[in-house]
Amino acid sequence: MVMQHLPTVVVIGNGMVGYKFCEKLLAKTSAFNLVVFGEEPRVAYDRVHLSEYFGGKTADDLLMAPLQWYHEHGITLHLGDAVQEIDRAHQTVHSRSGLVQPYDYLVLATGSSAFVPDIPGVEKEGVMVYRTIEDLEEIKACAATARSGAVLGGGLLGLEAAKALLDLGVPQTHVVEFAPRLMPRQIDAAGSQMLQTKLEALGLQIHLSKATSSIAGEGKIEALHFGDGSILEVDMLVISAGIRPRDELAKLAGLEVGMRGGIVVNDEMQTTDPRIFAIGECALHSGMIYGLVAPGYDMAEVVASQLTQGARAFTGYDMSSKLKLIGVDVASFGDPFIAEPHSRAIVFEDTHNGVYKRINISPDGKYLLGGVLIGDAEAYNMLLQTVNNKIVLPPHPEDLILGARGGEANEGAGVMSLPEEALVCSCEAVTKGAICAAVTELNVTSVDGMKKCNKAGTGCGGCVPMIKDLINGTLTAQGAYIKNVLCEHFDYSRQELFDLLKINDIRTYDAALDHFGKGDGCETCKPAIGSILSGLWNDLIVKQNTIQDTNDRYLANIQKGGSYSVVPRIAGGEVTPEQLMVIGRVAHKYGLYTKITGGQRIDMFGAHVSDLPDIWEELINAGFESGHAYGKSLRTVKSCVGSTWCRFGLHDSVSLAIEIENRYKGIRSPHKLKSGVSGCVRECAEAQAKDFGIIATEKGWNLYVCGNGGSKPQHAQLLATDVDKETLIKYLDRFLMFYIKTADPLMRTATWLNKMDGGLAYLKNVVLNDSLGICADLEAEMALLIQNYHCEWKEVVENPELRKQFTHFVNAPKVKDPTIEFEPVRGQKVVKAW
Amino acid sequence: METTVDVEWLPVCKTTDIPADGGACALVEGEQVAIFNFARRGEWYATQNLCPHKQQMALARGMIGSTGEACEPKVACPFHKRTFSLLTGECLNGDECSIQTYPIKVEDGVVYIGWA
Repeated sequence: MVMQHLPTVVVIGNGMVGYKFCEKLLAKTSAFNLVVFGEEPRVAYDRVHLSEYFGGKTADDLLMAPLQWYHEHGITLHLGDAVQEIDRAHQTVHSRSGLVQPYDYLVLATGSSAFVPDIPGVEKEGVMVYRTIEDLEEIKACAATARSGAVLGGGLLGLEAAKALLDLGVPQTHVVEFAPRLMPRQIDAAGSQMLQTKLEALGLQIHLSKATSSIAGEGKIEALHFGDGSILEVDMLVISAGIRPRDELAKLAGLEVGMRGGIVVNDEMQTTDPRIFAIGECALHSGMIYGLVAPGYDMAEVVASQLTQGARAFTGYDMSSKLKLIGVDVASFGDPFIAEPHSRAIVFEDTHNGVYKRINISPDGKYLLGGVLIGDAEAYNMLLQTVNNKIVLPPHPEDLILGARGGEANEGAGVMSLPEEALVCSCEAVTKGAICAAVTELNVTSVDGMKKCNKAGTGCGGCVPMIKDLINGTLTAQGAYIKNVLCEHFDYSRQELFDLLKINDIRTYDAALDHFGKGDGCETCKPAIGSILSGLWNDLIVKQNTIQDTNDRYLANIQKGGSYSVVPRIAGGEVTPEQLMVIGRVAHKYGLYTKITGGQRIDMFGAHVSDLPDIWEELINAGFESGHAYGKSLRTVKSCVGSTWCRFGLHDSVSLAIEIENRYKGIRSPHKLKSGVSGCVRECAEAQAKDFGIIATEKGWNLYVCGNGGSKPQHAQLLATDVDKETLIKYLDRFLMFYIKTADPLMRTATWLNKMDGGLAYLKNVVLNDSLGICADLEAEMALLIQNYHCEWKEVVENPELRKQFTHFVNAPKVKDPTIEFEPVRGQKVVKAW
Repeated sequence: METTVDVEWLPVCKTTDIPADGGACALVEGEQVAIFNFARRGEWYATQNLCPHKQQMALARGMIGSTGEACEPKVACPFHKRTFSLLTGECLNGDECSIQTYPIKVEDGVVYIGWA
């Protein structure tokens, strides 16, 4: 219901900024009648994350708000109906469909269009721009058959478009840039060079200093011709040579526009007609067009404030930015280019890892003025704050990009030293003061809570780590004791609960919740308690399977599409020809995709949940056991072939690997455990990348612990030297049990050691010297776990009640999930992509 | 205000078919419906089985629990832990669309879904 006597605000343009303006105005008042015209057939969508449209997001996923939102807020929305004329004398706008809409205030949020340079041949088929969902659909269609594609423009958007072409599988992707380097407006020459090297390594072909003189082809693009006479053959071209503000409507209405485009506005975002405002990429403020979303949102806030008697003004915007381009971190902040004599630069360049960092500091060494980060932008937030808040630099400013070397690093303290007015979330304009006040006054203690409270962190998300540090820092400052409580249902850490459940002899999740928790539990505490109960008693997990994550509930690894994979244990990687034939037969019978894993086993993919018990029945009858690939438990003890065959081997690494794998198999731990045994220093089993690794020496075995592969590789550290097998196993029992009892949920051994006060020296003291006097207990507790080992699959296969739970449809056990679809690849099948 | 919609109550399975404090999927009129036996609270819920995040038929295999002061019952998708209210179907930790919930009742050990 629209109240006719309310003043009317008409918004032209339903993009991100136009939408944000509506949201901001409605948050302040409902004293206006809001009418929105949009030229596109869709409601406003997120253009910043447009490339995710190729990554599986649908057009609906990208919407700023569903259509319903506009109805609920009483907004009259005209989609697919462009305004063609503004009649300033009568204060009306005229739309293409013939609507005449009066206004009291008019907001132009017309955005920009892609700038298409006047090159002969741009009209040819296969030449596109990268701007709207419709453009993306066209690119997608074209890329399906293209053998070679080029992007014209090596700026930020151009590289985004190039990523899209790579993602779409165009075999040859080229970037053509007029300037002698990539991203000339954001980063310095050395940074460009590093970025180029990294992108070329990823398969992009980059052509610099190329002026495109014409686009050749018979109706359809076939090649690009350059000013230097060279030619590049391509089937498609995406032009991303900059943006052009959509100011034609304003120009027609006699409003002042800039020489090179853009509707001229003052600090209140008013055009030369005080009843007409312009915001976003169409607005020209102090000679600047702002092509980022954050300043656009700020402009929207200014106009919403002006219309409600507020006094916000727009005074320019920091164009610092951080983004991931094709997987490479790129950031620039403050003034990235300022040079001698106005500043001095500190540069760090690591061509081996592709990292480049430059900071510009004032000549007196007191202040940070700006900089560039390529390859590693972790320090971006803090550096940006240091520039914006004119924080006095430490005596060794190089620490800002190199990290403190020697001495204690004090992470997080830096954030607390920021001034109250420091802008932490620039997308939603939330200051440090506002975040800390939410903690002290409104008892907000989580990032999710903060998002609900003041929207901080809901935009690009880049500030989330800082928000976390600020919340923890404020709580600490208040004297609150911060411990890693499990979740909202348990006010204890995992280690505390481990002791509590043990002392009170608690054996079920419900009893734990009744005694020490509140509410009904959740997906965080259920598996965590499940892991503790297993670590204490090693009961059969299928007895309480609804507290387990899906992999532990179905004793298999869920894969895309909802099918599962099956991994029988192949201890130490040793397998007989007969066993191989069994695996082959089973995989063939149930139509499973097979692959050798990184842990020297064989994984069979694509099993329907209802086939799992039958598959396992056959495997168990042939002597296999569960491989616990689904569990937070010991996966595999990888081994080299050792002294039995290898001419260098010192000891029998295979036999030890098998013995250790069988000793600890099935035991649940805070996270998965991987191990390896090498027969000599050549280390073919890669034992130093494992949670525990063993390497043969002339005199016995060396034990390494807390290594990790994965996303943050870390070498294992030497715990014991030249020990015999019995001592080795004793130390392993103690080490593993100590980890099982004290780590946080889902914390690998590497992180556990990194966070341990006293580090390796402390761990050595506990495990080798029994400094806590707990080693006898640890050994006894481990003995109990080993004694209680069951093959879970054997139990299920032999128990009809348990078997019954392995169906997709409870009321149609024979029917398989019809939505699981496979497609053929190299003689096997894989699941269809999501 | 409650609105009464005429639904047809379809018997779907036995109460013992659904694990306590867990869920299972049933085929109802060709649709996949996730049924949850919230035994701890003595409550039953039914929703669509499809998780809207990655379009996976998986919600019935998710863990259930509650959140907040009001102990709002919820289910977490096993794929990426998006959680949805079992009361309203609303996504509680992301921008996913809501999921459909269905009327459910239990009589004489049989679970019925209200089909509109």
